[in-house]
Amino acid sequence: MIRLLNQDRGGQLLIGSLLLAIILVPILNALPDSSSLHVPTYSVSLLGKYLTLALLAVAVDLVWGYLGILTLGHAAFFALGGYAMGMYLMRQIGDRGVYGDPNLPDFMVFLNWQELPWFWQGFDQFWLAALMIMLVPGVLAFVFGYLAFRSRVSGVYLSIITQAMTYALMLAFYRNEMGFGGNNGLTDFKDILGFSLQSEQTKIALFIASAVALIVGYLLCRAITTSRAGKAVVAVRDGESRARFMGYRVENIKLWVFTFSAVLAGVAGALYVPQVGIINPNEFSPINSIEVVVWVAVGGRATLYGAVLGAILINYAKSYFTVELPDVWLFALGGLFVLVTLLLPRGVTGLLKRKEAK
Amino acid sequence: MLYQKLIKGLHWSIGCLLLVLATITQAGEAEFLAHEQALIKAKFEQKEHIMMAWYKADTQQAVQLMELMLASELYYQKKEKRLYRVTDARKGAVAARLSDGESVTIAKKRNFKRVSINNHLRALFRQYIARAGLTAVEPQQRIAAAEAIMGNTDPDLIATVTDLLAQETDAEVQAAFDLVLAVATLQSKDKDQQEAAIKTLGESLQPAALNALKQFLQTYSESDLAPLASQAVDRINGKIDFYNGVETLYFGLSLGSVLVLAGIGLAITFGVMGVINMAHGELIMIGAYTTYVIQQLMPNHIGWSLLVAVPAAFVVSGLVGILLERGVIRFLYGRPLETLLATFGISLILQQAVRSIFSPLNRSVETPAWMAGLIDINPLLSLTQSRMYIIAFCLLVFLLLLAIMKRTRLGLQVRAVSQNRNMARAMGVRSEWVDALTFGLGSGVAGIAGVALSQLTNVGPNMGQAYIIDSFMVVVFGGVGNLWGTLVAGLSLGVANKLLEPWAGAVLAKILVLIFIILFIQKRPRGLFPQRGRAAED
Repeated sequence: MIRLLNQDRGGQLLIGSLLLAIILVPILNALPDSSSLHVPTYSVSLLGKYLTLALLAVAVDLVWGYLGILTLGHAAFFALGGYAMGMYLMRQIGDRGVYGDPNLPDFMVFLNWQELPWFWQGFDQFWLAALMIMLVPGVLAFVFGYLAFRSRVSGVYLSIITQAMTYALMLAFYRNEMGFGGNNGLTDFKDILGFSLQSEQTKIALFIASAVALIVGYLLCRAITTSRAGKAVVAVRDGESRARFMGYRVENIKLWVFTFSAVLAGVAGALYVPQVGIINPNEFSPINSIEVVVWVAVGGRATLYGAVLGAILINYAKSYFTVELPDVWLFALGGLFVLVTLLLPRGVTGLLKRKEAK
Repeated sequence: MLYQKLIKGLHWSIGCLLLVLATITQAGEAEFLAHEQALIKAKFEQKEHIMMAWYKADTQQAVQLMELMLASELYYQKKEKRLYRVTDARKGAVAARLSDGESVTIAKKRNFKRVSINNHLRALFRQYIARAGLTAVEPQQRIAAAEAIMGNTDPDLIATVTDLLAQETDAEVQAAFDLVLAVATLQSKDKDQQEAAIKTLGESLQPAALNALKQFLQTYSESDLAPLASQAVDRINGKIDFYNGVETLYFGLSLGSVLVLAGIGLAITFGVMGVINMAHGELIMIGAYTTYVIQQLMPNHIGWSLLVAVPAAFVVSGLVGILLERGVIRFLYGRPLETLLATFGISLILQQAVRSIFSPLNRSVETPAWMAGLIDINPLLSLTQSRMYIIAFCLLVFLLLLAIMKRTRLGLQVRAVSQNRNMARAMGVRSEWVDALTFGLGSGVAGIAGVALSQLTNVGPNMGQAYIIDSFMVVVFGGVGNLWGTLVAGLSLGVANKLLEPWAGAVLAKILVLIFIILFIQKRPRGLFPQRGRAAED
């Protein structure tokens, strides 16, 4: 781990502050309400949410920053992970739902379904859900990538078909017949692994889990990018044909990085869902995926920690603006897209680095 | 449909009612009073007999009363025991006494009671109204009446229809009467007549004919004529399938035209210039809002507003496009992914701008009268006129664009720049100028698409989002840089979508089409009609 962060000051700073947060946040949360340093539980969940989104941004940065594939469908993997977690959480409700059916989630009772569909079987087991959280996005990314990379779909075309993929998934999940709750998605969760989702301890635990996941995800991505294989990844980005002529199997490199990134996004989604308490087809909407790309662009491509910074900054701004000045938010976000691409091609971290160089 | 026709006839008849009632003759007056009193006192089951008697005595009068009852406008004054026509049972509204046409202001609402009827009477009255309609002046009314009585005839009525058929001169009415008779003779005992009837019915496209044949098959399944009848049913079903197919094709073509319209502007900016414009949907939206504004500006000339809106939307969207190109996109040439992000940002800004200026709610754009309406081809097939205009409009825009690209100086320069920018510049083409104009042209066409879409869907801030993915799919599927490809791709995707819809549902059909395109791009990454030659290489 030390080796990984050797040359990576941003990473050191990031991991350091995450570790600090893991220690400090529970303590500050335990302070009495009257204290000015008290962090309310609501904010803890919000921070946890930002961290899961940051993990998603890291996954996108790995693909876009290092591999050069502008993915406009990564939120789909995030949402699939989220749905897998949501299914587990739905099954944990048991007979405490509105209809009190011990076996079927409320929306199935509402749709007059008699028994659990096959793809819901076993989701009451956490281990299976955990497996699916990684497997489903991973397999989808693998199949999609296999088809796309093998036939050398690249550049803008790839971006557009990733977008079409998430769009198709969104339309599909909106359908009641799919068996994922249609419009309303999955919600009304009660507890996770036997702990109530309402309790403060669970929320803090989820926050810590998100922070740990982000640290691990970051280190894994860093390990990939600093390894010899990582050099090949960058080579594919900068000169695909050249890399191919030198004997690298470009498709395979792309495929594995893309799949790994999708798994990472799935994990992020799975941690996101219990903290916000709902997952619905909106998470698939193309704009979500594009927003993630902007987080990365604002933070700075191909730095990994820049993605984290961008995700947290923009989501904080979003939370603030959508409450205080809802009309301004889209102007601000849209303006960010334009300004960052025109003026700050290397993002905020690029700006800081340039200052440092002076 | 049929019911609507009847109601139309009804309105017309009611219009004439007061006029007629005012001329009730002295001789008829006593009779009218007698019927009137009986009707007011009657219970449901008696009303039937009373109205039938009335019908026999004075058909016109009875029909008009029946129409009033069907429209729930026949009331009686409780104290006077007289019938009134009341369109609006409120205090202060005007009621017209039927016997002398006198107008009375309603003083107390509860003094007036409606002459109530039940469903049985309603069906019966419609029958009798239709029966009377057989002698109406307008051929359309006679046909409507014939369709109404079909399958519900008694020997009396058959005799009437037979008599009328002999005097009838209008071919369409004759056919309708023939059908009525054929449906009736199907139940007769005479084999030859039945056979003839089956033959007549087999040629008809009326739903009633099919029903009659099916009923015949059920009741006389042992008869020698059953095979003939089932053949006739098969033939009709075959025709129904055929016309359903034609209708699906029509819907598909009109959806495809919309896709082509939405995509063809993109085919220019993306296909010819290689610029990914994610704000393309919003340029469509601007066109639609321009239509809305034009209609607000000329509320008394809705019919003309669309014709004004087309050039206006072209100019507005085109200018926004040129602004976009000069302000943002030109700094990003050769960096397609960055262009994509920046233009996406612009699309967000434009959406929010529209939301702030107009409101987040959908605006309604009126459809001019000349666009509404149906073209009735036959009883099984009627085509909506607005879709017809959309298809024609799409083809017109396509041909115009094709002409611009192939025949004009601008088109030549655009193609030159897109094939080899440096060489074109060396030849003296002002490439920056061409870029701006091309982008303006593509954006303007998007605006025109917005005018067309404003007639089909809701005009709202999110409407662009709905079309952006579809537009890209059309362009990519058709092959980038190829207008013909866009046309073929758009139309075939539209038709495919509508063909899948009946058995997959609208959403699933869309998903299937998307998946198909995703798979298709894997196989042929450059679309249906790839550009050939050196320019196509990266």
